Amino acid sequence: MTTPSRMPEPYGQGSSANLADILERVLDKGIVIAGDIRINLLDIELLTIKLRLIVASVDKAKEMGIDWWESDPALSSRARRDELTRENAELRERLARLEELEPGRAEKREAP
Amino acid sequence: MTGLRYVYAVCRPFGTPLQSQLTGVAGDPPRGLTHHGLVAVVSHVPERDFAEEPLRAHLEDMDWLTETARAHQGVIDALTTVTTPLPLRLGTVFRDDSGVRTMLEAREEDFQRTLDRLEGRVEWGVKVYAESEPKETARPAQKAASGRDYLRQRRAQTRSHEEMWQKAESFSTALHQKLSEFAEDSRLHPPQNPALSQATGRNVLNAAYLVPRAHSEEFVEMVDRTKGEFPGMRVELTGPWAAYSFAGEADMAGGEKP
Repeated sequence: MTTPSRMPEPYGQGSSANLADILERVLDKGIVIAGDIRINLLDIELLTIKLRLIVASVDKAKEMGIDWWESDPALSSRARRDELTRENAELRERLARLEELEPGRAEKREAP
Repeated sequence: MTGLRYVYAVCRPFGTPLQSQLTGVAGDPPRGLTHHGLVAVVSHVPERDFAEEPLRAHLEDMDWLTETARAHQGVIDALTTVTTPLPLRLGTVFRDDSGVRTMLEAREEDFQRTLDRLEGRVEWGVKVYAESEPKETARPAQKAASGRDYLRQRRAQTRSHEEMWQKAESFSTALHQKLSEFAEDSRLHPPQNPALSQATGRNVLNAAYLVPRAHSEEFVEMVDRTKGEFPGMRVELTGPWAAYSFAGEADMAGGEKP
């Protein structure tokens, strides 16, 4: 039996532990067992909370090479990439329209 | 009392009783349910909150979730002072005691193996925050006189920003390497969102280390010594936690990341 007596004083634990510290552990870590009440935490919109845990610093983390959760479908930033693709397409479209407004180019392009 | 059974953790039988005033997720005190050489720590929870439908709805409610997560962690924490618990994920619920026993029996080997691996060890959380960049040098107070000046200022800002990130990165990498060498095992977690953590600065390292209790004091001292070592970097230590980050991979060989 180990003796807890040598343990240092707790740091930032209990009621003062930050919510993100607690949620990332009780929701994301620990042993997964299918109980009688079948709730798959990954399935439901709780996902939005999981995303809120990480989304703030995702770009920075990726730059630093911390990106393992990308392979976790529940945490993938697919939605954000889709958003970028959409924005990109929109910008190209606008650019094309502007080019058409420019007389020189418009002539060349619209020449039969 | 009827109702469902909420399971917090599985551990080996322990002699010390839990604090008498300890309450679980629905206010009911947790108790041990012993089966063979294992104890499931369980409390009764009402169907109106923990049956599938209401539980699903509750989980979307941030206030309910916060309260429940803290209560769950409170029980795990109390267990950590008397034994080595294997924490289960929040919301593991069974119909009755016999359901819990069946689960213990079915996973007995897994539990025993994981308990062997984690016995006498705790988890420490270490986070590094990069405090906001030095504004005085990066942002001249006067307004840009021309477009060219503006661009020059923007470039200078970007550069100092990049330098700050590079420093943060090398500091974090070095710290993580040092702590990993001392610890038995380590995990990198995604950086935390300040909206939840209420922390200032950018979270650039969020790691967990598995450390034997007997070496915890040394580990804590090691982390403490790095505090204030580098201006602009804040090191935060939390723990001792139950080995949450190291418990969930009983079936995986080689300790790969989950």
